Order: sequence, then C-alpha cells, then structure tokens
Amino acid sequence: MVLRGVTKRFGDVVAVDRLDLDVADREFLVLLGPSGCGKSTALRMIAGLDVPDAGTVAIAGTDVTDIQARDRDVAMVFQSYALYPHMTVRRNIEFPLRNRRVPKDERDAAVAEASRVLGLEELLDRRPAQLSGGQRQRVALARAIVRRPSVFLMDEPLSNLDAKLRVQTRAELIDLQRRLETTVVYVTHDQVEAMTMGHRIAVMVAGVLQQVGPPAEVYDRPANVFVAGFIGNPPMNLLHGDLISGDSDGDDNSDGAGASDGTGGSGATGPVVQVGPARLALPATLAAAAARATDGAVVVGVRPEHLRLDPHGPLAATVTVVESLGHERHVVCTTPDGPAVNARIDPDVPVPADDEVVHLAWDPEWVHVFDRASGERLGP
Amino acid sequence: MTAPAAPAATPVPGPTTAPAPVGRNRRPRTLRSRRRRDALLGYLLVSPSLVVFGAFVVYPFAKNIWLGLYRTPPFPGLPKRYAAYEQYQQILTSPEFVASLRTTALFLLMTVPTGLALGLLLAVAAHQRLRGITVYRTIFSSTVATSIAVAAVIFFTLLNPQVGLLTYWLGREGQPSVLDDPQWALVAVAGVTVWQNLGLSFILMSAGLQAVPDDLLEAAEVDGAGPWSRLWNVTLPMLSPTLFFSAVVGGILSLQAFGQIDLLTGGGPLKKTNVLVYAMYDAVFRQNNEGKAAVLSIALFGLTLVLTLIQIRLLERRVSYER
Repeated sequence: MVLRGVTKRFGDVVAVDRLDLDVADREFLVLLGPSGCGKSTALRMIAGLDVPDAGTVAIAGTDVTDIQARDRDVAMVFQSYALYPHMTVRRNIEFPLRNRRVPKDERDAAVAEASRVLGLEELLDRRPAQLSGGQRQRVALARAIVRRPSVFLMDEPLSNLDAKLRVQTRAELIDLQRRLETTVVYVTHDQVEAMTMGHRIAVMVAGVLQQVGPPAEVYDRPANVFVAGFIGNPPMNLLHGDLISGDSDGDDNSDGAGASDGTGGSGATGPVVQVGPARLALPATLAAAAARATDGAVVVGVRPEHLRLDPHGPLAATVTVVESLGHERHVVCTTPDGPAVNARIDPDVPVPADDEVVHLAWDPEWVHVFDRASGERLGP
Repeated sequence: MTAPAAPAATPVPGPTTAPAPVGRNRRPRTLRSRRRRDALLGYLLVSPSLVVFGAFVVYPFAKNIWLGLYRTPPFPGLPKRYAAYEQYQQILTSPEFVASLRTTALFLLMTVPTGLALGLLLAVAAHQRLRGITVYRTIFSSTVATSIAVAAVIFFTLLNPQVGLLTYWLGREGQPSVLDDPQWALVAVAGVTVWQNLGLSFILMSAGLQAVPDDLLEAAEVDGAGPWSRLWNVTLPMLSPTLFFSAVVGGILSLQAFGQIDLLTGGGPLKKTNVLVYAMYDAVFRQNNEGKAAVLSIALFGLTLVLTLIQIRLLERRVSYER
C-alpha cells in the first residue's frame, strides 16, 4: 500500500499534510501520535471514508483514491467496534459476505472459520448487547477477517478494553496477524501498543509524519525532539542548553566550576553545553554533530534509564518525588533553572529522600543531541 | 459433612433476661409507620393528576357508556328511554356504521403508510451535510406549525374547480372539484392530512436518523454495503423504534381527524368522507342524538385500542431498541 502526498483539510485546519507512506505486504504498521494528530484521518482516507484533498492512495498497485470504500479491498475495525446491534453475532460476521452475494454454503464455512479463529463459536446466536467488551471486540475482528481483505485497518481497537484485557488482546492481535499473514495498518495513541505490536511505527504530529521505522530505531534514534519526548514512559529528559565550546579542555571555565563529562569520570574531551548553571561535557563523538546546531542552541536528550545517581555526576538536582513501581523506581528531580528530570533506578539502589540534592550522571553513548531551532536530531 | 458441635452449655436467654424485644418490636412499627407515611405522601402527590384524569377522562368515559344505554327522544323535552345494550347492537350493525368504519379504515390506510414513507424520504434527503440544508429542514417541518384550518383553506383554494392550481395540474378544469367527487373526495382529504402530518413525521424521522451512529453506516460501507443495503440493513432497523412510534401516533391522529373533513367536505359527498369521528359529530350536532354519538365514541375508543394493540403486537416484535 502506498500513500503519496496525501493531504486533508477541514476548513483552515490541515489534518493530514502531504503524507508519504509505504506499507509492505504482510507488514504490521502502527500509526502513532497524540489525539488530533491526523492519524485517524489518514486511516479513514485509506479506507475510503474520507476523500483526500490532494495526493493518491494505492493498494496492491492500483490507485484507489477515487474508489469508494465498499469497492476497496479493505476491512476496518472501529474504536467503538460498530457492531450492528439488531443483528446476531453470526449476521454481523457474515454481513460483508452477504453484501458481496457470496453463496450461502461458502458464507457459512467462512463464518465458521472466522468464529473458530476468534473463539466465538458459542456466541454466534447472541446479540452484541449480550456480549462483554472483549467479546464484542473479537466479533468486530471476525467481521473484518471473514472475507480475507488485502489490508486491515484498525482504529484504536483496544482503547475501550480494561488494562488486563488490553494486554491479552494485544498478544492475540499480533498472533492473528502472523497466522493470517496479512497487512495491518493500526492507529493508536498508546506507545506501548505501538512498540509491542508494530513491525514499524509511523509517528505523526499535527498532521505531519515525523519518523517511520522499526520500534527499536524510533526509540533509540528519535528523529526529532517531538518523537524523543513522545516515545518512552517516562519520556526522554530534554535539557535546553547552549554550546559554549567545541571541546571540554576547560578554557572557558570562567566560573571555575569546570565542565564535567556526563559519565561522572574524567579525561574525555568533547563539546561542552551550558544547561542552567551546569556545564555538561558531551562525548567527543558528538563534536561534529553539535557543531551543526543553529547558533549553538541545542537540546540534549537522555532517557531516564540512562541516568544514574552518582555523587560525581555533573548534573545537580533536587529530588521532588520517588515513584516505586516494584521492579524499578522513578526519581523525579528539578534542576536549578531547568526542567524536571526523571531518572529510572534499580530497586537495589538506595532511595534518595525527598528534597535531597542528588547528582546525576549518564552513559555517554546514549546521549541524543537535537537542534533547538528546528528540533531535528543532530547526532549521534 | 459434619456440622460444628454446638456448645451445649450456651445459656439460652430467657424472657426475663432479654432486653432485645423492646428494640425488636419498636423497629418494625417505625418502619411500618414510615411506609404508611410515604404511601400517604405518594397519594397526596398524585391526587391532583388523579382529579384531572378522573374529571376529564374517567367520568366522561363512564358517562358515555351510560349515555349509550339510553335512547335519545326524537323531540327535546321527552324522557329518555332505557334501551340496555339494544342501542349498541342496533347502531354497531347498521349499514351506516359499517360504511363509516370502512371509510375510517380506508382513510387510515391512505394516510399512515404514506405519511411514514414521505416523512422518511424527506428526512433521508435532508440528512446530508450540504450548504443551506437547514432551510430545507425548516420548510419540511413547517407544516407542523400550520393549523388544520389554514391547511384546509390552502387546499380548498388549490382544489377550487375554477382557479385551483391542483385542479389545473390534475387536468380537471371545468369538472366539479375533487372534494365534490365521491370517488376522489376521501383521497383528497387524506392527502391534506398527510401534508398536515408530514412536518411531525419528518421531525420524528430526522431525530431518529440523527441517533443512528455514523460509524455503523461507515462500517457498513467498508463492509461493502451500497446505499440501499445501508438503508435497508442499518438505517431502517436502527430507526425501527421511531418508525413504530410514528406509526402508532400517526394511526391515532388519523382516527381522530376531524377538522379537515369538516372544513373540506362536511362528511360528504354521499357520506364518502364520513369517518367515525365525523359520524359522531354528525349524530350529536346535526341529529341531536347523543345516545347514538355515545355508542359511536365507544366504538371509536375500541377501534383505537384494538389497532394500537395490534400494532404493538405485530410491529414491536420487529423493533430493535438495542444500541
């Protein structure tokens, strides 16, 4: 499936702006973004429920931009499931086949197969109102798979389920996609769903596609400040700073504090960034990248799991609260003149007290540098 | 299973040692008196509506049954004669009543399905996201604000044999008005009634259509349903409670139609528009026969009741209230 320059406007609002996207056969692609970022609109244009103002949509090599939804070979699972309340489960599942005038025996066989795959055999004569949320969800899936479309579209299908069922259904969906060997475009605002389900993630914000890539790549090498801040829970720490020298040999230490590299050790040379009162030395490998920053203004990004408590760490911060999740702890701190910083520490590390001043250090290979003006990734 | 042995030595509280009965006896009394107080308050609160209902529904209804048992004298001043159920039997089997019943049934069949179909058609047409559609919605629902007298005058003019636009369109210039034509008068009156009730039907159907979730129709579209399949398989079933309600209300309105008949045809020509309500009016105010009118009104009540029950039994089975 190929989208080229797909644009949709609602009045003055550009919901989707020149979207280019390629989805490979049998790929599970997740469209991820905050509410109102245009991901559902993009999905609806693939389905044929909305008509793009510009651009083309092609499925299996055929331009379907001007083809009606019912004539595109797609199936869609809606957030509300959109089951027909007056029809039994059986009638719901066979509805797409009836519309295509499939003979009764073929229809029965297809319904039996779809209901077997989703474990709905016992529920075929019930009405949707008599089903639980999870069962309704499975009926919606059965209705989508029953006619073996070339593309499945799913619009936040798990958002109406409770947390436990969501985790279970997530695994079932991954398994279903593997068994059916079909192409899935899956819309969600939940990054955990995106990270766990997608072969690739396409991150959208304000109608613009920010980055497309495998989950690990999007997580480890976010293309810009938005993606860096959106992916990850708790999100990446983003520290605004100014490049004050190309390396950290100490010429510029007018306040006498000296710049320390983030590792907490010494001896490395690299660019130095002033963040609030602190001077942070970046690894030398980032020198070329940092030099490209507009007017030396950068955003330094470090994920919470790459920060650690270290008495020699360069970044002093005051502990606001420590959140314990059992298997890990989140230490939320405030930096002087700076933003809140979140560090993820192991449960065996002693817990700092509230209001205690701690020092934080990081792994140099996990530092991200972004241009503050454009937000784009500079390195590594 | 073995039950745990009851401790044999547990002292059973004797009547003299038990202070409990006082509390135990008092509690139900307070509960009972509270319940009585609540009931009294309940009756007090519904009594105004009971009084109104009694005075304007129950009493006239009972009085009507009673009136039907007496023959009204041919000249005022003479005493009424008790006729028991004879008058009921005589009137309800008379050719005049049968003809009126037939006219009523025809009138019902002409107005209710047509009104539903047209209301639905207009509502579907106006259920589009188009510029200026509110103008159409206002026009379509405007008949609900038109009084039956105004509607009658409009159609009386439109059907005027000399200057009526409808007369011209129907190619009946120079002929008597359709309102005077025994073959067409009922159709004409039914047409006016449909027109008059169309606004209400349109409003009900529009409200019903707006309650059909968009994603159901979109799901049907993705599922391969064309416009007709969507209308037949999704919209109409989702609209079934509205259709059912409109059918019952439309039926009752039709059975009660009077103003347009009185103003347009006066029950004629040749009693071809003499529906039950009009026959009732005719019996009281032209024939001064209140006994006959009472019998006819009881018959109309019975007819309305039976029709509504049939509608509920037949139609409600097909209605899906599930959302």
